Amino acid sequence: MSRFTVHVAVHLRDGIADPQGATIERALPALGFDDVSGVRSGKAFWLDVDAESPEAAAARADELCRRFLTNPVIESATVTVLS
Amino acid sequence: MTARVGVVLFPGTNCEHDVAAALAALGGEPVLVWHGERSLGDVDAVVLPGGFAHGDYLRPGAIARFSPVMGAVQAFAAAGGPVVGICNGFQVLTEAGLLPGALQKNAGLAFLCAPAPLIVASSASVLTGGLPVGTELTIPVNHFEGNYTVDDPAALESLHVVLRYAANPNGSMGDIAGVANAAGNVVGLMPHPERACDPLVGRPDGAVLLAALLTAAGSGAVAGGRAALAG
Repeated sequence: MSRFTVHVAVHLRDGIADPQGATIERALPALGFDDVSGVRSGKAFWLDVDAESPEAAAARADELCRRFLTNPVIESATVTVLS
Repeated sequence: MTARVGVVLFPGTNCEHDVAAALAALGGEPVLVWHGERSLGDVDAVVLPGGFAHGDYLRPGAIARFSPVMGAVQAFAAAGGPVVGICNGFQVLTEAGLLPGALQKNAGLAFLCAPAPLIVASSASVLTGGLPVGTELTIPVNHFEGNYTVDDPAALESLHVVLRYAANPNGSMGDIAGVANAAGNVVGLMPHPERACDPLVGRPDGAVLLAALLTAAGSGAVAGGRAALAG
């Protein structure tokens, strides 16, 4: 058993409106960032997972995402094992 | 028979006393139920009131749906018992899978606190029973995350919508202010009917909905709300 640090990025699923991202993007030209577009909002979590392998740690984090960290109606997540 | 209505109190709920006072004024018997209870006791209906259950951490309703009382709420709903979620309570019901969809941040990221003109879209729910489709009501909204969203826009057609906004304030798909399950015994809505029950603060249109709930819960206390509206 080892301890793996897992990064979870939660984002809105494709096609789901993103009011936060849209509002940030609208503010960008006034701040001089008119070369930046396609802003999408989300949230991130860092977890320590005890598991036999990086794959098992990722699978455990996936399960946590499905049950709790995301609302599957509107969100999905990208799980990355960092170490 | 007086209808006993369980009013569920999560840590961070803040509308429980308004809901209880409104139900009592209409002849119901409200009973506060702590979220840590595994039983609802002997109730005829359940209300999940507004507020910030568990601080709204992660997402509104995301933690509340794991509260011990939610098992009893699930069972009560499955048995056909009337369950109504108001505002944060609506968010809890969607997170718990008792109602379809999700409530996103408002379009434009505006926190809304204003009277909302509404139109009844279905009479086949415990909150709108006896109200003709097309009935206009004005009831306040007070939320940041009331933007009703479903993952498949085609699924909008099959939803049991009970209330629509006459002027969409928050970007909700289909102007949806309230939805029910197919049977109509589980209803969620963003507007706060308990805040529109006293003529002192405007039209008592919310009393119409809560009176319908008491009727559905088997109470004889029917017409208070409707009489108030007519007056």
